[in-house]
Amino acid sequence: MGIFDYFKSKSEPSSASVAKDRLQIIVAHERSRRTQPDYLEQMQQEIIAVIRKYVQIESDDVQIQLENTDDCSVLELNVTIPEKS
Amino acid sequence: MAKIIVVTSGKGGVGKTTSSAAIGTGLAMKGHKTVLIDFDVGLRNLDLIMGCERRVVYDFVNVINKEATLSQALIKDKRTKDLYILPASQTRDKDALTPEGVEEVLNELSKDFEYIVCDSPAGIERGAQMALYFADVAIVTTNPEVSSVRDSDRILGILQSKSRRAEQGLSPIEEHLLVTRYNPERVSEGEMLSVADVEEILAIPLLGVIPESEAVLKASNQGTPVILDTQAVAGQAYADAVERLLGEQRPLRFTDVQKKGFFKRLLGG
Repeated sequence: MGIFDYFKSKSEPSSASVAKDRLQIIVAHERSRRTQPDYLEQMQQEIIAVIRKYVQIESDDVQIQLENTDDCSVLELNVTIPEKS
Repeated sequence: MAKIIVVTSGKGGVGKTTSSAAIGTGLAMKGHKTVLIDFDVGLRNLDLIMGCERRVVYDFVNVINKEATLSQALIKDKRTKDLYILPASQTRDKDALTPEGVEEVLNELSKDFEYIVCDSPAGIERGAQMALYFADVAIVTTNPEVSSVRDSDRILGILQSKSRRAEQGLSPIEEHLLVTRYNPERVSEGEMLSVADVEEILAIPLLGVIPESEAVLKASNQGTPVILDTQAVAGQAYADAVERLLGEQRPLRFTDVQKKGFFKRLLGG
């Protein structure tokens, strides 16, 4: 860092911290996908298609998660239906 | 029983072969009988890095296909005692490595050697899967850069689900992080992920940090593993990593910015 660098704007986050934030998000996303069975993705697509017959939703509005406990698995489905405008 | 170590990364060009050569040589220098196996079928390079490319007669695939015996294919390193190299084949048949064949060769080597270091190819195809499948220990080689970190995480997922230890419900593969091509100056400028950042994202214990060093290219030009360059920071950092792999405690070195003179700092550069 030389004397001229002090004139540069300091408000921008460093590129390394941007890299870290992006990585944390994508890695968490890919890890959650890794533990779920392969059919889950397709099931999610089909559920979205069924809901879309009635309400217009985005793909992001359906969250699907499979949680395994000792003796059973719980499939959690969260659908956010947009408010009527 | 030998300990099987895989040097892996997912992404190419991060320093797997350089690290395999350095760590394998380091283990042999500490008196442990070690064999280095190149799993990169079709693109063998460990022989060049180890400087034995002109001594290759038979290779890994010849041994699997019983066209040669192990003792015919193993190349004894000329510089380091207790070190052998099993080169990869240059065949284009990507299915040349069969799980049964690889297992048989590893079992045979296990009788004679203390450490088997498997140099994995890049990617997640057959060769990479075979290199990690039988491993007891994984050294995940990562550059402080987004695509390398992401691919390393992917490889960690494969180690935890598709390895022999995972499939047979044995104790999991011991995972180690090796950060290579580290540039402390760029980290301090906020232009490069720090070791702490990479450790936090991948959440596995740190084996070592190898600084970006001109000595690495020089060593590969000459066909000598960089760990033999005891003057170079990269060589010393690999020696530290080997000590840690053997259970010794070593403080991290070469991860802080070298102090510059007043004028150099004032003018930058």
